[in-house]
Amino acid sequence: MSTQTISIEPSYLDHQGKYRGIFAWIFSTDHKRIGMLYLFSILTLFATGATLGLLMKFELIAPGKTIMEAQTYNAFFTLHGIIMIFTVVIPGLPAVFGNFLLPIMIGAKDVAFPKLNLLSWYFYVTGVTLVIISQFTGQGPPDTGWTFYAPYSFRTAGNMLPAVFGAFVLGFSSVLTGLNFLVTIHRMRAPGMTWLKMPLFPWTLYATGWVQLLATPIIGITLLLVAAERVLNIGFFDPTLGGDPILYQHLFWTYSHPAVYIMILPAMGAISEIISTFSHKPVFGYKFMVASALAIAFVGYFVWGHHMFTSGMSGTALYTFSLLTFLVAIPSAIKVFNWIATMHKGSIDLQTPFYWAMGFVFVFMIGGFSGLVLGSLTTNVHLHNTHFVLAHFHFIVFGGTGFAFFGAMHYWYPKITGRMYDTRWANIGLLLFFTGFIGLYGPMFYLGAMGMPRRYFDYDAIFHGGNILSSMGSWVLYSGAAIIIINLFASLKTGIKAPANPWGGKTLEWTIPSPPPVENFLEQPVITGKPYDYK
Amino acid sequence: MIATAEIHRDDQASKLGMWLFLFTEMLLFGGLFIVYSVYRYRNADAFHLASEELSVLIGTINTIILLISSATIAMSVTAIRKKDKKVALMLLGATTILGIIFLVNKYFEWGEHITEHIYPGSSVLSLRGQGDVLFYGLYYFMTGLHALHIIIGLVFIGFVTVFISKDRINSGKFVMLENCGLYWHLVDMIWIFLFPLFYLIT
Amino acid sequence: MENPEKDHIIPYRTFLYVLAILILLTLTSVALTQIYLGVLTVATALVIAAVKSSFVLRIFMHLRFESRVITVMVTLVVLLISAVIIITLLDYSFR
Repeated sequence: MSTQTISIEPSYLDHQGKYRGIFAWIFSTDHKRIGMLYLFSILTLFATGATLGLLMKFELIAPGKTIMEAQTYNAFFTLHGIIMIFTVVIPGLPAVFGNFLLPIMIGAKDVAFPKLNLLSWYFYVTGVTLVIISQFTGQGPPDTGWTFYAPYSFRTAGNMLPAVFGAFVLGFSSVLTGLNFLVTIHRMRAPGMTWLKMPLFPWTLYATGWVQLLATPIIGITLLLVAAERVLNIGFFDPTLGGDPILYQHLFWTYSHPAVYIMILPAMGAISEIISTFSHKPVFGYKFMVASALAIAFVGYFVWGHHMFTSGMSGTALYTFSLLTFLVAIPSAIKVFNWIATMHKGSIDLQTPFYWAMGFVFVFMIGGFSGLVLGSLTTNVHLHNTHFVLAHFHFIVFGGTGFAFFGAMHYWYPKITGRMYDTRWANIGLLLFFTGFIGLYGPMFYLGAMGMPRRYFDYDAIFHGGNILSSMGSWVLYSGAAIIIINLFASLKTGIKAPANPWGGKTLEWTIPSPPPVENFLEQPVITGKPYDYK
Repeated sequence: MIATAEIHRDDQASKLGMWLFLFTEMLLFGGLFIVYSVYRYRNADAFHLASEELSVLIGTINTIILLISSATIAMSVTAIRKKDKKVALMLLGATTILGIIFLVNKYFEWGEHITEHIYPGSSVLSLRGQGDVLFYGLYYFMTGLHALHIIIGLVFIGFVTVFISKDRINSGKFVMLENCGLYWHLVDMIWIFLFPLFYLIT
Repeated sequence: MENPEKDHIIPYRTFLYVLAILILLTLTSVALTQIYLGVLTVATALVIAAVKSSFVLRIFMHLRFESRVITVMVTLVVLLISAVIIITLLDYSFR
């Protein structure tokens, strides 16, 4: 495999094309620039969603009203959820790192449909705009929670239509990104890169692409039905007209459960890359990693009812969904074992991305185990809609996708920016982040098991201690996140110039300059060896 | 330096992309079929009776119209490949006309029901009972969404017609026509299922 | 993966034959559902619809001549939709 580390080509950052200034970015069809457009948007929205969370924790630091009214609190957790789910963690890794890295890691010049790729970002921005509009128009911001449950979602005076249409439009962004990646992987792998020679991050993007493609339309139609309910009184979810609110839940979760696999699969792929590189060892059990990614995507379609155990479903449905939920845990466990096995007897290089990966494995496992507790029917009855659920999904989604996102940011930072980040500040930020994370979400397991409900503005005095701890955790977490992000921005100016392969990685992105030239490769690479070809 | 002068064209990728898009459409309508299945199961008798109020004749004619239009657009690909530009354009014209006739029929069908005040949210409908509300809600929503897709398909055919007349689609480069055909066939297939589910469950 | 349909242009005739079959099947399903067959009425209509769809997919949409991969994908998508409907009905039919 030839390396082309000295380039006479301008990098994708310096390239002068048809447009100038900001237009050179927002009209660019270069997958790398589009990835950066997403990064900028997503970081902005993440900061917004995180601030909302911080303010919510301020409110919850004491029982009763602390800094906001109950209705405001409802609007806050709704917006926090909509932003974090639809605009941060679902697009997250695919839109940023998938866009930037996928073509490079398979030896291609760009994705299959570059113009469609840019259109996906436009859909994203439009969707976000609609969500913002929902906050400031109509009779008040939406207050249903990000799950828009019927019948409240069509009875509330809150401004549902722009929010619902915003989510609908965001869905287009997701679908088209998935479609693009699927065709790219099918058609544009470099000569010699057979399916089983493709690295794991592209493989997880492939599995994710199918979920984006096939699951998202379901929420698309569900959101349209909510709009039809509000505007036309069509009756599908209105019990007075013969509709069933539980059907809404079925439809909603038939997408929203697979959606969590959109969030986690690319995260797992990135973690595989990071662990392999910093262990200087091939990923253990490559074929099982591929198979488990596909299995997670596949089985993940059939477990949605575990969000609805207390809703009134039939006994048969309860048992079926609980069983399938336990099954879907198996491929995830296989991945965890294989990550550890990869590290075992590897030549470990303790760098920031690797710390993030270790953190990921730790919090993902806690989140996963708590998922089994929730997946068991009897324990679920006690824990549904409590803070235990909040703890579960923040550990697994924020811990999973979030940690992987930060890990990926540091891992691929040299490649993307051409600079090295300041390691000391990165690690300080990480330590604060991790400590704050455990402090914020750890107590929630306890609070939930003791019976503290979620989405409640107020709570009983017995929960006070745990809430103080949790809210303090949010301050530490927030500071850690701020330090991390500021460090990454500051290092753009002050970081030392990065070589093509600072970490000794074996995948294709490390064979081209940092930052890459516009067309990625001087000559199309020809693949001969296995992925992760460490000697 | 990589030669960028030659634009690399991958028709198989283009076609795969369209098939993937069709899958999203299948899942979109699939969601509605889920709703249909559930409410049909719960209101079987009401659905039977309500179905009798729809005209099987118009439904059958519309079904056949779409089937013919699928045949004509499929044949247009043969025509283009045989360099019969005129025939291709005529076939696409026929497809368009058939699509429009379908929409006109739908317009009259809906019009009849609306004149009787049977439409989502109407008080007349809600007085008829929950099964009827759900049947007609599904009827309007599903055939409405389908009709929207017919319109989108007609617009697509319009573009393709222009491109053919300007030779931008020709016997050496016709994947866009094929993709347009694929989209149209899917819209036909959705109707192939809608027809029995609304008109033939008496 | 070479374009398998490169040299094979489907004659007009083929499409017309398939159209005839499709119209025949349509009329058959209308006729059959006028007879009361109980639960089987809908099942029959849907089976016929499925048969019609397979003609549209295989001939009009060219699946018979495309790469196998796409046929596999179509099959899996259809199975997925069916599975989701069936599982949802597991709730409703056992309440």
